[in-house]
Amino acid sequence: MTTRIYVPRDAAALSVGADDVATRIAAEAAARGDDIAIVRNGSRGMCWLEPLVEVETAEGRVAYGPVSVDDVARLFDAGILEGGADTLYLGPTEAIPYFARQQRLTFARCGVVDPLSIEDYRAHGGYEGLQRALSMAREEIVAEVTDSGLRGRGGAGFPTGIKWQTVLDAPAEPKYIVCNADEGDSGTFADRMLMEGDPFTLIEGMTMAGVAVGATVGYIYLRSEYPHAHRTLREAITTAREHGYLGPSVAGSAHPFDIEVRLGAGAYICGEETALLESLEGRRGLIRPRPPLPAVSGLFGQPTVVNNVLSLATVPVILERGAEAYREFGMGRSRGTQPVQLAGNVKRGGLIELAFGVTLRELIENYGGGTASGRPVRAVQVGGPLGAYFPDSLLDTPLDYEAIAAADGLLGHGGVVVFDDTVDLASQARFAMAFCAFESCGKCTPCRIGATRGVEVIDRIVAGEERTANLELLDDLNDLMTKASLCALGGLTPIPVRSALQHFPEDFSRPAPVATTG
Amino acid sequence: MKLDAYRTWDDERARRLIEAVAHLPGALLPVLHSLQDEFGYIDDAAIPLITDALNVSRAEVVGVIHFYHDFRTAPPGRHTLRVCRAESCQSMGSQALAAHIEERLGTPMESTTADGEFTLENVYCLGNCALSPAVMLDGRLYGRVTPERVDALLAPALTATGGAA
Ligand SMILES: Cc1cc2nc3c(=O)[nH]c(=O)nc-3n(C[C@H](O)[C@H](O)[C@H](O)COP(=O)(O)O)c2cc1C
Ligand code: SF4
Ligand code: FES
Repeated sequence: MTTRIYVPRDAAALSVGADDVATRIAAEAAARGDDIAIVRNGSRGMCWLEPLVEVETAEGRVAYGPVSVDDVARLFDAGILEGGADTLYLGPTEAIPYFARQQRLTFARCGVVDPLSIEDYRAHGGYEGLQRALSMAREEIVAEVTDSGLRGRGGAGFPTGIKWQTVLDAPAEPKYIVCNADEGDSGTFADRMLMEGDPFTLIEGMTMAGVAVGATVGYIYLRSEYPHAHRTLREAITTAREHGYLGPSVAGSAHPFDIEVRLGAGAYICGEETALLESLEGRRGLIRPRPPLPAVSGLFGQPTVVNNVLSLATVPVILERGAEAYREFGMGRSRGTQPVQLAGNVKRGGLIELAFGVTLRELIENYGGGTASGRPVRAVQVGGPLGAYFPDSLLDTPLDYEAIAAADGLLGHGGVVVFDDTVDLASQARFAMAFCAFESCGKCTPCRIGATRGVEVIDRIVAGEERTANLELLDDLNDLMTKASLCALGGLTPIPVRSALQHFPEDFSRPAPVATTG
Repeated sequence: MKLDAYRTWDDERARRLIEAVAHLPGALLPVLHSLQDEFGYIDDAAIPLITDALNVSRAEVVGVIHFYHDFRTAPPGRHTLRVCRAESCQSMGSQALAAHIEERLGTPMESTTADGEFTLENVYCLGNCALSPAVMLDGRLYGRVTPERVDALLAPALTATGGAA
């Protein structure tokens, strides 16, 4: 009998040797005459256990990890094909506490299925949501998304259904669906993991958006830093086309819809939706003034849905299980689940999908197991480079759009980056300003000039030059950037800077090493 | 991307590459990517070819090339090593890692070694933040990178050329 062995093809797993492990497993099995089939699945999100090798046994899938090439022969000696005992044995994969305590909706199939097998996708509920959508009126599909309470996962948290309704109501044709796969926030990788581990979910979600608002063309704007995701998406799109899920007649219906992947070119600002649209049209990524909203006049001046990867990839499960089932998760106005990305100086980093409301402390202690260095946690940055640095006293804040905002931060794309007590928050504040200056689109002065001034002022504060006057100057600069910037890059850069000043003032009163953006 | 993946600039080949994607709506970025994938950079000679094919001005093309961090206007080294400098990797020692690489290769970040072997680039997040610090060598991603691991990655190229100690 053939034994199935899973070795992830996710970029994080590859980054610690998954390809070599897969090759060695194949060679070892061949040498021993064992009959195996290797499936290259996505990641389960337990990144610290990568490469995480799973074996399908009579008792279900069991896991071993982290497996290195040198472990393979020993694992075969230990009877890995029957789930034999070894120091790397982790038991049934889905019983590993890190995984078992999660609520996987958006990522339900990620790591489970072969990402490029449409048969596998369908066997795990794939395209059931689309079938249901195709039997509904457009307004009903949009209403279902609105009722689910789904809010955009790209950062701003805008209700997805309301955006779709605006595009549905816009009279102009053609209309477009644009998937924002720019994932520029440091500390985040959920979009990548989903695109590499379950790309058909994104394709299905975009198709539903197209059917719902009457769009026939979709673009995925993917950051160029993700070559693995690029290959996976292109293959999956070709497969979906071959199976009639994309093309002139989606799943045999009267709806045409197709998708093209476009690569970004290393500009953080192109994650902002209007800069992204400029880039897709072949121009510099300069922010467009609004109004008009992209929903009314977006790509090539046409009504356009711009949604994050996770927003679109969550629609299939909503349509499959119903809006009510999705709404049941979460707290307050944050409904459903949030894929949290736990990263930085943490023992057990990875993707944790949970109903909104888990606290930072629970994440870092119960899931993360503390810092990787073994030193105390000093600061936690939530929400990417424009997010706040929180001190220990704020770690009981729950992850929920409103609660994080009340603590003067933002949830962003759900990245949580842990720093130990060797961090210098003046350096981090300086980096925030330097990053803003480096990535500024240049359209407005508060950001273009202000961020460069910000770096200089922080340097003077740290060097002890007229500290009081320069702290006041920095405060004024933060005010100006917050109030007068045209977009959130300049407008939110003061958040990490102010949080560092407020919670870690001692770091600004001694000389410190300096971060560079090069 | 693989070793010696780039061809030397060739007008005729460039023209064909441009034509292959020129029909796309908003074709400029696909055109530039296609040229850079082939030649490693965008040669000045590409600009008139692009303005002709896409019916855009020279200023527009030059403006776009300069706006995006990815596009180069001079050939890179035979290998490109991108080092993540964003927050998650900072928390795991990417500063020290970058300093180690600079010393090892004898050239600062954002430059190419004198022998044309390595180009060093800063990058802001490679999406491998749970396994920080991360680097990308010729399009291949590496995580949990220590100075020792980076030395091992660079070793084949360094011994092949008898390059920097
Ligand atoms: C500077 C900046 C960078 C952004 N980067 C991203 C990004 O990488 N991915 C993303 O989905 N949204 C990003 N956004 C948010 C988008 O502008 C937009 O709100 C989002 O794509 C809408 O999709 P959603 O409603 O599904 O979240 C960024 C916004 C700003 C201001
Ligand atoms: S705030 Fe910065 S990035 Fe945004 S429009 Fe102004 S200059 Fe451009
Ligand atoms: S911050 Fe370095 S990989 Fe994300």
